Amino acid sequence: MTLRVTGATARRVLEQLRRDRRTLALIAVVPPALLALLRYILDAERPAFQRIAIPLVGMFPLIIMFLITSIAMLRERTSGTLERLMSLPLTKLDLIAGYAIAFALVAAVQTGVTSAVAFGLLGVHSHGSAALVVALAVSNALLGVALGLFLSAFATSEFQAVQFMPAVLLPQILLSGLFVPHAQMPHALRIAADALPLPYAFDALARVAAGGGGGRLQLDVAVVLGSIVVALALGATTLRRRTP
Amino acid sequence: MTGPAVAVSALRVVRGGRPVLRDVGCEIPAGTVTGLLGPSGCGKSTLMRAVVGVQQVAGGSIDVFGVRAGTPGLRSRVGYMTQAPSVYADLTVGGNLRYFARVLDRCGRVDEVTNLVGLAEHERSLVRDLSGGERSRVSLAVALLGSPDLLVLDEPTVGLDPLLRRELWGMFHRLADSGSTLLVSTHVMDEAERCDRLLLMREGEILATGTPSELRVQAAAETLEEAFVSLTEGR
Repeated sequence: MTLRVTGATARRVLEQLRRDRRTLALIAVVPPALLALLRYILDAERPAFQRIAIPLVGMFPLIIMFLITSIAMLRERTSGTLERLMSLPLTKLDLIAGYAIAFALVAAVQTGVTSAVAFGLLGVHSHGSAALVVALAVSNALLGVALGLFLSAFATSEFQAVQFMPAVLLPQILLSGLFVPHAQMPHALRIAADALPLPYAFDALARVAAGGGGGRLQLDVAVVLGSIVVALALGATTLRRRTP
Repeated sequence: MTGPAVAVSALRVVRGGRPVLRDVGCEIPAGTVTGLLGPSGCGKSTLMRAVVGVQQVAGGSIDVFGVRAGTPGLRSRVGYMTQAPSVYADLTVGGNLRYFARVLDRCGRVDEVTNLVGLAEHERSLVRDLSGGERSRVSLAVALLGSPDLLVLDEPTVGLDPLLRRELWGMFHRLADSGSTLLVSTHVMDEAERCDRLLLMREGEILATGTPSELRVQAAAETLEEAFVSLTEGR
């Protein structure tokens, strides 16, 4: 891995995004708009909105970076550019880190916009620091990049790739306690939630929002960071120099 | 340089349970332009992928400049152009070349290769707005960036007009004269005629090798096209 090649890859990915103005607009506008929609849907249930607002601010980047990464990697595979890159002096880590850096930057901007709208306009209140919310959101984005990179290897078309979101992410988000707090779910579902990474990401955000911290928050963050490493390692094994 | 640039021996490739290359052996002398001919689906692209080191092989060996194909040290010495233009459609011509140049650490070559393939006036155009022939020239330009010692080009002139094809073949020979080795697949007989040596393939096997005139003599044919047809049909 070299700084030159990793940096060049991150720059190239950002350059591709920069030329796609509509995607950039969607990245910046969709999360705050959805949050605003929820704020007024839950107008009569303000505590419910407060409970999920900050976890959602931090989960949007995960979902969006997952989708963008899986499509981008699928394109690399199907257009032949991945094969070309694998024949060049570029390590798998250069490619993965290039994507991760580029999308983490985009996620930071996205979370900045969403947080500004949430805290400034929608009356969302966090007992914990806003900077911590942004940091957790960026780590969630990296988890999204890692999962997208890994799962894109199992999609042979963009139709399949986009459906991995409802297939893989949505159940985890529901199990995280979006509608019903985790503790009120049946025992079997609580066990399932404990075995999956996204509920930990959600829980970390909820704890920071409530001003809590301590051991459970540390566990949440450790599980998210560990999941990023595992998913990136699994993703790296799907990038083959030699293909059939 | 001593020894051949590429030495293939008893190479077998199986894809989806079907043998694609069966016991292929050949040598490609350094500093030559070698043409790879054969009907569609005969294994030309697979052989080229194997030489580049991106193909899983079932048996045999491929040595490039004396080391196993696909060895990390070869990655900056081998240029590869796939059949479909493998460049980023959502970047400009210049954007693509600058990215691959940074990966290869050859940023000083961008303007030179852009001119070589005649794309200077399209430098700021998005690749997806280009014609098919222009796209494949972007892909060729990327393969040329690293001034590779071995250039593997899979049908590089498809969709190009005769003038441009002539220019590119002139360039291929200039590269060979300066010491590079080229392996070029083609379906066009006047291009085959311009090669120093030819490898004729059929159904995953090498059918004949030699200079264009040797192949004509071997097949007792007037033209290379007749030689190609009669050797391929096994008459």
